[in-house]
Amino acid sequence: MSQQNNSIVKIKELAVGYGSKTVAQNINFELEHGVLCGIVGVNGIGKSTLLRTLAGFQPKLSGIIEVKNKSLDKHSPSELAQNLSVVLTEQPASKNLTVQELIALGRQPYTNWIGTLTSADKEHIQKSLDAFLLQELRFNKCHELSDGQLQRVLIARAMAQDTPLILLDEPTTHLDLYHKVQILKLLQQLAHQNQKTILFTTHEIDLAIQLCNKILILDGDNNPFGDPCELIEQKHFERLFPSEMVQFDAKTGSFKVNK
Amino acid sequence: MHTPKSYRFSFVLIMVALLLAWLLNISSGSVSIPFGATLSSLWGKPVEVASWQYIIYDYRIPKAFTAILVGGGLSLSGLMMQTLFRNPLAGPFVLGISSGASLGAALLLMGASLATGLTSIAFLSDISLAIAASIGSFLVLLVVMLVAQRIKDTMALLIIGLMFGSITSALVSVLAYFSSAESLQRFIFWSFGSVGDLSSEQVLLLGGIVALGTLLGILSIKALNAFLLGENYALSLGVSLKKSRLLIIIATGLLAGGVTAFAGPIAFVGLAVPHLTRQIFDTMEHRILIPAVFLYGAILMLLCDTLAQLPNTANVLPINAITSLVGAPVVIWLLVRKRKMMF
Repeated sequence: MSQQNNSIVKIKELAVGYGSKTVAQNINFELEHGVLCGIVGVNGIGKSTLLRTLAGFQPKLSGIIEVKNKSLDKHSPSELAQNLSVVLTEQPASKNLTVQELIALGRQPYTNWIGTLTSADKEHIQKSLDAFLLQELRFNKCHELSDGQLQRVLIARAMAQDTPLILLDEPTTHLDLYHKVQILKLLQQLAHQNQKTILFTTHEIDLAIQLCNKILILDGDNNPFGDPCELIEQKHFERLFPSEMVQFDAKTGSFKVNK
Repeated sequence: MHTPKSYRFSFVLIMVALLLAWLLNISSGSVSIPFGATLSSLWGKPVEVASWQYIIYDYRIPKAFTAILVGGGLSLSGLMMQTLFRNPLAGPFVLGISSGASLGAALLLMGASLATGLTSIAFLSDISLAIAASIGSFLVLLVVMLVAQRIKDTMALLIIGLMFGSITSALVSVLAYFSSAESLQRFIFWSFGSVGDLSSEQVLLLGGIVALGTLLGILSIKALNAFLLGENYALSLGVSLKKSRLLIIIATGLLAGGVTAFAGPIAFVGLAVPHLTRQIFDTMEHRILIPAVFLYGAILMLLCDTLAQLPNTANVLPINAITSLVGAPVVIWLLVRKRKMMF
């Protein structure tokens, strides 16, 4: 019973897609408190579709999605907003918002009808600013930020929403290696120190292997899920890409180009 | 490095400016009334010339309040449209609301004379014109709303609104081609726009419509702020997309439709004022922007109307021309100065 209470998100026999077109199916996994989990797979395999379905932006085709032991579609919109936050690939519609204003919007599920911030809300905003090293930038407009800074702001907003589950769609695209690692380290910190369950899609397989507690590989077949080391031992990464171009090196946990 | 500002001082400033613009508007007009006499008349003291009292209370004060309601209402609807459609160039014209009102007015003024074969339309009162324009704008709004239920993409909705505008203005042209010179003239005068000639009852009615639209806007503040992130983010923050969009569209329809019905189609105020307001109130928070934009729009409209009056002459310029002359260069200036207009 105690194990069941720890479950933040539980996926069983899930199929996702659009209308009659199934993009990915046979997806099974379960995540508990404080787990950092990466979703990897080739382009077009359904990573973003899966994430959009988990966020409730589009209906699932079949299967079970449970957030905190309750079916996703049974959650009311406001209840869901207190359990699940998102960081999307799309840019915020208005970049005229200041960093602090944007992060403050994360508190909306908790504020009154006109959006007044209580001292508890302000504390959450301050913690998010600190955690993502944004104290200096708090009054800057979003259009003045670099890609890496903006990504930190968007994740800080999700942190301010204070939900047990955070979903991120490719949080490291368009960033250089240093900032990719920075973002992923901050996510790891958020997962372990604040006991958040974080699920993100990524193409940085070698970084994911080093930093994630769990990895879900979407391969269009049985979609293996588990500890990175287990998955390496079971040789799942070898089958990720057609082997004539790149090859997985199990010793270093990274891909090598075939010369 | 920006520092956060308290906007209390700016609000005091803008309120004082509104009062001054209101006094300026009331003290100028076709009949020259000394400023002192205007003030003492407002204070309730008797003035030298009896007709002055009448002019101030029965003409100029209703006109000044109409200007406040028209400017504030149009600006507020422009602000909400820009946020809802995530488009800095959105305004009351975009949803086709103003053209819907034009179609209603055109059908009444020109269609009625065509249908009955009467050249005289003296039996048509101003109130029936307002009703026809309201019906026209709400019919267009209703269709746009029905489309909005089916289409998720707001950009598509924006283009559909523009198409409705084109269709209605084409119908107006057809009507104009076949109608008599006299009814065409009446329609042209309506389309010039005017904040005068409203009775106190009409001003009250317009006030009620604008108050209702503003109230709905205030109720949508949280949703409007969430929409600044985009619709998917708003959804993830627990905002009910359909309900909020409907509420905001009804609010903008009431504001823009009501104002256009009584004052004619007035250009650029809805588009330009939100951008002008952000020059002073540099924030995206709708709790601050809604009152600020309303006040700014009211001031601008009072000043435009004062200009249109051509002090001490009997001539009144079309207010639509004045707002365009003021508004269009402002939009160009903003575009050139900031290169990319943001909302």
